[in-house]
Formats: sequence, structure tokens, C-alpha cells
Amino acid sequence: MHHVAFDLFRAYRLSPAVSLRAEPFGALAYHFGTRRLSLVKSPELVTVLRLLDSHDSAAGALDAAGVPIRQRARYAVALAALADSEVIGAR
Amino acid sequence: MRADTAGQPRRTAALTEQFKAGLAAPICLTWELTYACNLACVHCLSASGRRDPRELSTAECMRVVDELERMQVFYANIGGGEPTLRPDFWDLLDYSVAHHVGIKFSTNGVRLDKRAAQRLARTGYVDVQISIDGATAEVNDAVRGIGSFAMARRAMDALAEAGFGEFKISIVVTRHNVSQLDAFKQIADEYGARLRVTRLRPSGRAADCWDDLHPTAAQQRLLYDWLCARPDVLTGDSFFHLSAFGSPLPGLNLCGAGRVVCLIDPVGDVYACPFVLHEQFRAGNVRQPGGFARVWRESELLRRLREPASAGACASCGQFDACQGGCMAAKFFTGLPLDGPDPECVLGHGQPELASTCLPDRPRPSAGHSRTGRAAPVLIPADRIATRAAT
Repeated sequence: MHHVAFDLFRAYRLSPAVSLRAEPFGALAYHFGTRRLSLVKSPELVTVLRLLDSHDSAAGALDAAGVPIRQRARYAVALAALADSEVIGAR
Repeated sequence: MRADTAGQPRRTAALTEQFKAGLAAPICLTWELTYACNLACVHCLSASGRRDPRELSTAECMRVVDELERMQVFYANIGGGEPTLRPDFWDLLDYSVAHHVGIKFSTNGVRLDKRAAQRLARTGYVDVQISIDGATAEVNDAVRGIGSFAMARRAMDALAEAGFGEFKISIVVTRHNVSQLDAFKQIADEYGARLRVTRLRPSGRAADCWDDLHPTAAQQRLLYDWLCARPDVLTGDSFFHLSAFGSPLPGLNLCGAGRVVCLIDPVGDVYACPFVLHEQFRAGNVRQPGGFARVWRESELLRRLREPASAGACASCGQFDACQGGCMAAKFFTGLPLDGPDPECVLGHGQPELASTCLPDRPRPSAGHSRTGRAAPVLIPADRIATRAAT
């Protein structure tokens, strides 16, 4: 698995081609364009995804979701993977 | 299912537990639209042939699609029987796609002429899967019927000519075609298609020929090695029992029945998985009040399947974590206990039990719609089968 650099200080959005389905573990994200299914493995990360569009940066969305700063790096890895599979994209 | 994973705070094992406990809606929903079929494959898992007069009407099918849209079932795997024999097939396809339920359909190619291929090439969000069970007409037609190989190839040609893009070629691995894996891959590569190979289950008419058709132990090893070397070949997660050979194959590696998988049959009956058409695994019917959603959420059977299962006789086996005891349907229709080894357990743990059950004692698949008075394809001995692909 390769890691893409993820810029926490850019603005992102959930892809309009993606549908999120709430699940006990978090959510399933289905991309109707690429037809790939991604697992969003925590409810907190789902909250972050839903907040991306209304914040000027991913960091802003993390703050709004109540993610402590010390956990940012971990979330950046998760967000990078979601960006890699086009679930989210820069705007 | 092969899914990307993101958000790694928890271990994968914990996620597997979540999947075992069931999801809000299925990920892999198979919907068989009709029991009618122009072929009479010896191993048909739904024992199809004749249409059932109780099959869902066009309006009823559309209501199911509406429900799938509300439940966010992102796509449905459409099969049969031969789904394209339904006169409303193309309308249902368009309706479904317009309602954000993608369609992946399996066909033997009978209705897939140039015009249909062009239509499909214009429709977004449709996957087509053409079934063959031999890389040569000789091997294929022995199982699927005379002329069925040529028919499938015509459909593949039509899709390629129409510029459909990447379609799938789907194979059920048997004792007679396992030696043709490379030839199947070559056919797929020639078309720019994706190869999908799945496991033969003793379901439907295959209950009667599984003993003769399922791969031998040596062939299972060969298949495992072949799949490990070709991660681009799809398997529908159906070979997770082979993971006990060593490193796990890609995918969920667990029985998804009632958890992430289920089947809606042509008359609206909901079964825990596509391979257990038997009343013991019937969870309800989409025509009941509350429809499919209620069956999925409230069926006692499905709830039971989501509870932690005992490893039973497999508890002492060091490979249980790898294979999870194998396939429920394979055990059920070979008369083996559900909490014990798979009949094709790669460590041979299923052998003693399998040897003690004989065919007449095994559970009989229900909902048979086989035609009678029609010559069934003849099985040919393995040693008489050429392994070279047709060019």
C-alpha cells in the first residue's frame, strides 16, 4: 500500500459520486464512478468526512469533529487512503 | 467482496467481528429474476429451467429496487435462470440504474446480440458477466449444453465490438476445467475482460454431480497457488476455505451468509445466501409487510447467523482463523454438520465425515425448476478432455 502525501491544511470534500451508508463500525463508502467500496472504520471518521465540505481545511473539520491534535497524524493516514481511492478530493 | 479499507484505528480482526455481526444492508445481494433458462447446466445452483408462475411482476420488482435504493444497497448481482429471458429485463435494468442501484448481471449470452451490446455500452453503471465453464467447447458444452460455448463467445464478441469496456468472464471451477485456468485467463486477456472464478457448491442440480465435479485435493492446491499468483483474478471471495493452505486469499475470508450476503429468488423468497435454496435457510419473502428491509433486519434466521458461531469440531484446528470452517452451503448439502469442517477442507478434516454420508441421505435442495424430458448434457471423463484452449 502506498501512502500519498495528505495536506491537512487544504480544503477537501466528499466526492459527489460517493454514497455513505452508516454501519455499526462506521460506514461503507461506495463510489459510483470507480465502483469501489471503501470501509470507513470508525464513526468519528464518518463525522469528519461529513464536515469536510463546510470547513476550509481538513484540520478545521478534524477540530470541529473534536479530534484531539495528537490523533491528527492517524487521521491524516486514513484521509490519505480515502483520497487515494477518490472517496474525498481537494476542492 | 474486495474492498479498500480506510481509517485504521482498529485492527482488521475487530472489523471481521463487525461483519460477522451483520450490516445495515447487504453488500453482496444476489437477485435471481427468473427460474426460466434456455440452458440446463448440470451444476445449476438454482436448478433452473422453467419459469415459476409466482415470479415477481415488473411492478413488484420495481418496488424491490425502490427499497434497495432506500437501504443504500449500492448494486445488485442479477442472475437466474437466465435473467435476460424476462421480457422486462431491460426496463428493470434501466429503472434500477436510474434509482442508484447498479446492476451486475450474469448471462449465458443468449440475448446478448449486437444491438443489446450497444445498448449496454451506452448504459452507465452496468457490469456484465458471461458464464462459461470450459475454455474449449468440448469441456464447456459437456456441462452447459451443446452450442453454449459458441453462444457465449458470440456475446463476448458483441460486447467487445460495441466498445462496452471491461466485462467479466465467469467460471465455476470443476475437476474438468481446473487444468484450463491459464486458457481462461488468455481468453479474458484477449477481450480485455476480467476473469472471475468461483467455487462449485453442491447446491441445486449440483447436489447430484458435486461428487464427480468438485476439484480433487491436488487440484485445490494448484488452484490456490494459481490464485495467489494472480491477484487480478476475481473470486467473489468464494475460495476462503483454501486460505488454510497458507496466507489468506484477498477478501473477507468468512461466510457472509445473512451477514453481508443474501439472495432474493424469483418468487421473492429471501435466502441467507445464493447457495442455500432450502427451506431451512429461507428468511422470508419480499411480498410480506415490511418488505425486504424487514426480512433483512428482523428475520430470526438471519439474526441467528449473525450470532457468534461455535467452531465445533474445528475448534482444535490451528487453521480455523484462516478458513473459518469453510462454506455453510457446502457442508449442508453434503450432509456435514454446520459447525465442523468443510467437505473440501484442505487439511482433509472433512473426509471421514464425507465418506460416511451418501447422496440419498443428504438434504435435498428445494425450489427445483428443472425441465423434464430434456436430454441432460453428458459428463465426459477427465482423461479425455483436451486442455489446450481453442484459438
